[in-house]
Amino acid sequence: MAADLTAAPTERMTGAEIVIRALADQGVEHIFGYPGGAVLPIYDALFQQNSIEHVLVRHEQGATHMAEGYARSSGKPGVVLVTSGPGATNAVTGLTDALMDSIPLVCITGQVPTHLIGSDAFQECDTVGITRPCTKHNYLVKDVNDLAQVLHEAFYVATSGRPGPVVVDIPKDVQFATGGYIGPRNVVHKTYHPKLKGDAEKIKAAIELLRGAKKPIFYTGGGVINSGPRASELLREFAHLTGAPVTSTLMGLGAFPASDPQWLGMLGMHGSYEANNAMHDCDVMLCVGARFDDRITGRLDAFSPGSRKIHIDIDPSSINKNVKVEVGIVGDVAHVLEDMIQIWKASRAQIDPAGLMDWERRINSWRARNCFAYKASETTIKPQQAIERLYELTKGPDTYITTEVGQHQMWAAQYYKFDEPNRWMTSGGLGTMGYGMPAAIGVQKAHPEGLVIDIAGEASIQMCIQELSTAVQYELPIKVFVLNNEYMGMVRQWQQLLHGSRYSHSYSEALPDFVKLAEAYGVKGLRCEHPDDLDATIKAMIDHPGPVFVDCVVDKMENCFPMIPSGRAHNEMLLGDVGEKTVNEAITEEGKMLV
Amino acid sequence: MRQPTGSAYFMEEHHEPVARHTLAILVDNEPGVLARVIGLFSGRGYNIDSLTVSEVSHEANLSRITVVTTGPAEVIDQIKTQLDRLVPVHSVVDLTLTGRALERELLLVKVRGKGEARVEALSLADAFRARVIDATIESFVFEITGKPDKLDQFIILMKPLGLVEVARTGVASIARGPEGMAE
Ligand SMILES: Cc1ncc(C[n+]2csc(CCOP(=O)(O)OP(=O)(O)O)c2C)c(N)n1
Ligand SMILES: [Mg+2]
Repeated sequence: MAADLTAAPTERMTGAEIVIRALADQGVEHIFGYPGGAVLPIYDALFQQNSIEHVLVRHEQGATHMAEGYARSSGKPGVVLVTSGPGATNAVTGLTDALMDSIPLVCITGQVPTHLIGSDAFQECDTVGITRPCTKHNYLVKDVNDLAQVLHEAFYVATSGRPGPVVVDIPKDVQFATGGYIGPRNVVHKTYHPKLKGDAEKIKAAIELLRGAKKPIFYTGGGVINSGPRASELLREFAHLTGAPVTSTLMGLGAFPASDPQWLGMLGMHGSYEANNAMHDCDVMLCVGARFDDRITGRLDAFSPGSRKIHIDIDPSSINKNVKVEVGIVGDVAHVLEDMIQIWKASRAQIDPAGLMDWERRINSWRARNCFAYKASETTIKPQQAIERLYELTKGPDTYITTEVGQHQMWAAQYYKFDEPNRWMTSGGLGTMGYGMPAAIGVQKAHPEGLVIDIAGEASIQMCIQELSTAVQYELPIKVFVLNNEYMGMVRQWQQLLHGSRYSHSYSEALPDFVKLAEAYGVKGLRCEHPDDLDATIKAMIDHPGPVFVDCVVDKMENCFPMIPSGRAHNEMLLGDVGEKTVNEAITEEGKMLV
Repeated sequence: MRQPTGSAYFMEEHHEPVARHTLAILVDNEPGVLARVIGLFSGRGYNIDSLTVSEVSHEANLSRITVVTTGPAEVIDQIKTQLDRLVPVHSVVDLTLTGRALERELLLVKVRGKGEARVEALSLADAFRARVIDATIESFVFEITGKPDKLDQFIILMKPLGLVEVARTGVASIARGPEGMAE
């Protein structure tokens, strides 16, 4: 046990009741789960109370993604309840996804009774063993008197520092046993106390670097969103104070408004020409809550070669992991930005206006390249156009977008514009097909009045399609907008560029009739095949009060550009209007080895 | 500044010199904590050259894990921060960087032989200050404590004299001077 028992338990109840009570005391209103033998006592306790609403999913993976969508859109931890064995193993994908994207989850798993652990009992699996590498932390609770404390600790660990998923494995006999309950305020963690405030000297050094910049850039990530809405406000303030242009990773979209003139668009493998070139040519880079992931840096030894770098991250192990930085500041984004702004103002710091103007001119010349241009067609819907129209017709502060994984995800990131944080939910680190629709359900649960749209691909959507039934049961009016290109488009694109157009098993054969499928679930189905029908279909989708499934048939062979081919530097991007031959030549033999 | 090229996507080997480091890790003595530490090494492809673990404070429920690992400075630094963020880990100290750490290891060696080899083994053991802790007419078990390379040396010498079996504890290490390990 890693926590101090600072208060004696005040009440006695069963383990199952402790679970419900602890969740209620943690402010949990919704949980996503699926019953089974090893969690029946908890389900029984759920039945006899009203404070927590349970959403019955159709597959445990769905529950984890719902909890992720819920957490990411609300800032609150997502809670999952599943049974032992297959219930727990089905949750593993979502746990890993949450670990990679730093999403706070508490996942309660049932376990066979303590005396049967290790005996290959029915539906036994080594849940803590299996989930150890895919959780931030996990617990097996063998004594009912530890249960309350462990549960409160689980919430603390999941939500503090760099957030992540925590599993609490509870054997069935512990759920039946009677023990003492203590409230959350009585639990203080013994070892885990992440540092929130940045080191003052480092912050000063960072300010010195920034004020000497001529070509600054802010490279921001999901850490800004995780730090809370205040962090996004501070980021805006600091960007405006300094005049530095801002780019973001896939995970950070919305922290800085896409409508701001200082916005460069997303960076990385499918990022904008201006963002990637500015990253390459900048002289001072301020990385805020991002982690120099390989999708971002491209070729490491050619990554932003001339810049000095500052990195703010709450996770010390992220600093200097992939890229060496001059100033590494361990701390929470909002705390650190607050201090930086204060010093910046107090010292009347300024970035050389002449330098900044030159830099802007350079950036504008890259902007003029218009890297997201595409050729529209009279007869076929271009996927980019579909997202553009979707954006125009649905934009607003109450709109939430989730995605699956593939080309449609990148097009959504490129063409849908976010002005607020917590409006964009996507599987970044793990790239989990099947994430988007359950995530949308979780978002809708947290924002009943919101317009929640899953931008999907026809392949991805089939990975968790069963959750349509959940949306129907709970009357959650999510909208699934499928860009149906009849291919695992992202796979096909790589096969075209890297494997001589040999489309090995990437064609979406034997697709269901999605409209009929949706209707079988009780969801309104719409199909759109012609550019002229696009707007009307999107409007019909919004106007329908219940869940809708749109099968939007798009160009089969469209590729997602710009693209930094694996093994290339930021300033070696491929743009959409180059011929196929150039595209093929652009990728080195070495690059083909890479993922 | 030179960029490391250690991304998973650019697996050019490290050209930086590798060095041996001894890490002391203070952890809560709870089930699974060793698995977490070892899992981090295996999951991320780091080496473990030697590992010792034992409870060091019953009242505070603390265990100390000593890991000897080899790698370039950057990788060692990464290992250290990765270990540090494990929830039950109290502190991690790179004893090699503190510069003056003491290291000791205990070795048990079984040597089987008769006649001259047996006499020779015994006199070498004496020179190494090894103790005889078991003897039969044709064998000895020696116990010897010291720095790992001294133990290596002893094993090499015993090989031609009938070495049968070796058991080593792995390294225990502690910094010199009056300061305790920072929590
Ligand atoms: C669970 C899972 N399996 C495999 C992949 C590899 N993968 C990445 S994108 C993709 C194709 C997705 O196809 P679709 O959903 O139709 O999207 P599109 O790229 O066509 O827009 C695949 C198979 C993945 N990301 N996740
Ligand atoms: Mg597709």
